Amino acid sequence: MSTSIELPVLTPKDFASDQEVRWCPRCGDYSILAQVKKILPTLNIPKEEFVFISGIGCSSRFPYYMNTYGMHSIHGRAPAIATGLKVARPDLQVWVITGDGDSLSIGGNHFMHMIRRNVNLKVILFNNQIYGLTKGQYSPTSPQGKRTKSTPYGSVDAPLTPLSVAIGARATFAARSVDVDIKHLCYVLERAANHKGTALVEVYQDCNVFNSGAFDFASKKDQKVENCIYLEHGKPLIFGKDRDKGIRLNHFSQPEVVELGKGGVSEDDLLFHDEKQENPTLAFLLSQMRYPDSPEPMGVFRAIDRPTYDDEVNEQVKDVTEKYGPGNLEDLFSTGDTWTVE
Amino acid sequence: MSAVDTQSNGNGNFRTTEQVDAVVIRFCGDSGDGMQLVGTQFTNVSAVFGNDVSTLPDFPAEIRAPAGTLNGVSGFQLCFSSTDIFTPGDEVDTLVAMNPAALKTNLADLKRGGTLIVNKDAFDKSGLSKAGYATNPLEDDNDSLAGYRVHKVDMTRLTRDSVADLGLSLKEADRCKNFFALGLVYWLYDRDAKATQDWIKSKFAKRPELVQANLSALKAGADLGYSTQAFTVHYKVPPAKLPPGKYRKMTGNEAVAMGLVAAAHVSGKELFYAGYPITPASDILHELSKLKNFGVRTAQVEDEIAAITATVGASFGGAFAVTASSGPGIALKSEGIGLAVITELPLVIVNVQRGGPSTGLPTKTEQADLMMSFFGRNGECPMPIIAAATPGDAFDVSREALRLAVEFMTPVFLLSDGYIANGAEPWKIPDLKNIKPIDFKHIKEANGQDGQYLPYLRNDRLVRPWALPGTKGLEHRVGGLEKSDGTGNVSYDPDNHQHMIETRAKKIAGIANHIPEQPLEGPDSGDLLVISWGGTYGSVRTAVQRAQKDGHKVTLAHIRYLNPFPKNLEEVIKRFDKVLVPELNTGQLRFLLRAMFLCDAKGLNKMKGKPFLVSEVYDAILENLKK
Repeated sequence: MSTSIELPVLTPKDFASDQEVRWCPRCGDYSILAQVKKILPTLNIPKEEFVFISGIGCSSRFPYYMNTYGMHSIHGRAPAIATGLKVARPDLQVWVITGDGDSLSIGGNHFMHMIRRNVNLKVILFNNQIYGLTKGQYSPTSPQGKRTKSTPYGSVDAPLTPLSVAIGARATFAARSVDVDIKHLCYVLERAANHKGTALVEVYQDCNVFNSGAFDFASKKDQKVENCIYLEHGKPLIFGKDRDKGIRLNHFSQPEVVELGKGGVSEDDLLFHDEKQENPTLAFLLSQMRYPDSPEPMGVFRAIDRPTYDDEVNEQVKDVTEKYGPGNLEDLFSTGDTWTVE
Repeated sequence: MSAVDTQSNGNGNFRTTEQVDAVVIRFCGDSGDGMQLVGTQFTNVSAVFGNDVSTLPDFPAEIRAPAGTLNGVSGFQLCFSSTDIFTPGDEVDTLVAMNPAALKTNLADLKRGGTLIVNKDAFDKSGLSKAGYATNPLEDDNDSLAGYRVHKVDMTRLTRDSVADLGLSLKEADRCKNFFALGLVYWLYDRDAKATQDWIKSKFAKRPELVQANLSALKAGADLGYSTQAFTVHYKVPPAKLPPGKYRKMTGNEAVAMGLVAAAHVSGKELFYAGYPITPASDILHELSKLKNFGVRTAQVEDEIAAITATVGASFGGAFAVTASSGPGIALKSEGIGLAVITELPLVIVNVQRGGPSTGLPTKTEQADLMMSFFGRNGECPMPIIAAATPGDAFDVSREALRLAVEFMTPVFLLSDGYIANGAEPWKIPDLKNIKPIDFKHIKEANGQDGQYLPYLRNDRLVRPWALPGTKGLEHRVGGLEKSDGTGNVSYDPDNHQHMIETRAKKIAGIANHIPEQPLEGPDSGDLLVISWGGTYGSVRTAVQRAQKDGHKVTLAHIRYLNPFPKNLEEVIKRFDKVLVPELNTGQLRFLLRAMFLCDAKGLNKMKGKPFLVSEVYDAILENLKK
């Protein structure tokens, strides 16, 4: 015989707050918000257990639009706030909402340390390659040469690849999707939600006001099949409208595009995706494949198991308490030499 | 002072034991000479014996500056006494100098006629030159040491002799000479070395030859005192008459850690602490990290900003959250503290002040962060500030800081300083019954109409509720943008912003109704009111007492609550003709008092990285009375 507690069935509407959404019309953020609201009810977790923590930027308004617990904090610090919260309250589902400027520029330090600690947080990085809220300056992910308000003659900065940074810090989960690719985004977000550890999802998000069309190569139907490789665990890297192109490692262990069937190349010669490889080298190599130099991988780059920081901190508290017994103030006060004055 | 005992040492030489009330000793040597260690040992032994003790460790910021140089000198001063004392002493009675550099940098503080014990072996050509001595001050024709009782001891040689048959390397043997010096001083002041012997046995348990060597060196030092004609007098300092009870030695940093853990524990809460290593606050992190069986979660995070913001996150989650740092770190935390102010979340920020600006003097004390605590954030950003007066007081003040944070839903500054943090005093172990739990409530039910939760609905103290994530029906968002009072929704409404600024200020000002009135030490009115705060308490109090004994109408108001001030402070100030504010800064409290109470306060200001001498404050009192 089994007993079960009936959980109320939640819908996306249950996760919507009463606040008017104030992003620009046709901003990519709307789609991301909608997909998050769509997948949360499928997780069978009570709404009050979710906390959304954000930094500063357009995307960081996100928590106001969710009818969950949330904090719209200060620039770059969401990972640190979320880490403190998760250590103090490991029972909560803590999501971090951040952008490319927020997480990679002012908050680069916290971003890296959250990942290497593997705090059990879900992180959505809205990457639009621009500073939107401050009205259009280049960001740490803007391509070199980019003309913006602060780079009228073109940016001379070399950009960061967020997933390379994350995988370099041995992220246990790193994935990429695109704002308008609804089905794929939902799949990736759901994978992230079910991952234990820091789950980073980079979402290419179109800022139609200051950086319109930056990700057309990955969002336009006709372009994406030629420019993107959709990663599947255990499957070879194949792409193209006719699925006739693939990725093979050459003699220098570098990825190269080959045509299937040409020169005797078969599927078996291709690179097979293994998201569970403990060694991050392959995932890093995939993260370095960037459009337009190469077709760009989408999906889950890496998903491995490693103990989480919040678990470890709390386990240690438990272990020490078991070993030495629960703290006793009288004993604590009397540690070291004591003496009595009559 | 009286001779109480004369005895023969068996060689036909007679020794005198003199009883004295208080002695100030300073051990000084190279950073690698173990001076902090022997100073601490002497302090422990004296405390266990029942003396009142007060200490002043003084060490360089460099871990190991080049050996033998002036920059590498490390010192540890302590006063032990048969009466209540509040400072480690103005003048040194006995100076132990392990090398020429130590002698050169410390001799000026030795009082005329005081005892000087030097390691003669270190005064070789190289040692003298590193210290910048052209001639050897120990040589007979050099009169720089005239007026002191000088004992030139072959410490290096005698230490080597004492460990000769233990098979140590020369380097290992030489490292025992601090215990040789300690043994000699133990003999000189009639101390029982047992606690130190026990410490050596446990510290070096894994290396029996080092246990033996350090014990031998300790004994050799004492034997020298006993057998040499040079030491004709040794001294006895009887136990102090402290209030009855069980005591231990306590440093300020230990007291902060224990005070916070105790306050959380009796309140049924667990402590969350995030910190980043910084002198002189790191020991708070070290102490708390040991106390995991009290449920303390400590995180050494990537930077100061992560430390403050992690505590904001933990506080949002319902923890009693704390971070500690020193000036440069507090500067980095400013924005995060502002977030805690606007989200009205409780947390404690400990600032163990050191010399500034910038990196300043990391290991030296100063009180120059008061203005930063008041005003060092963007916008109108008021928060409570309280300051510890002594190492032991830091225990009580820590609980008080947590209480104010939680009862008023606000971040609170707890000010300590390098002197309090590293200084030690006997601490009477409190009765647990006297550590009162902190009242906290987590709201469980909606507080608005139609089941709505209003995160900024305030009580009669203007305090908002603390709803924990995970509580059904109370989902809400907080953040750094201005909030509409009541609903907590983002608001750009001009009237709301003015209302919120005034409300946050009123909430903090209202704390004055929930803290004690300003206590006075001395008559209620008179010629001069001395106002002090923080770690200068010991020197200022001693100076005021001395002036009172001399018949002057002087009163001390030592302020613990700096923001808001006790509500009677203004009225107290008006009852005195003159006001003197001694501070280890250029006059920050004085500036505030003048601005807020229109009083003509004068200052005594010292910025040398060192605490006040009693005499400095005493002289300033007399001078201000004359004016």
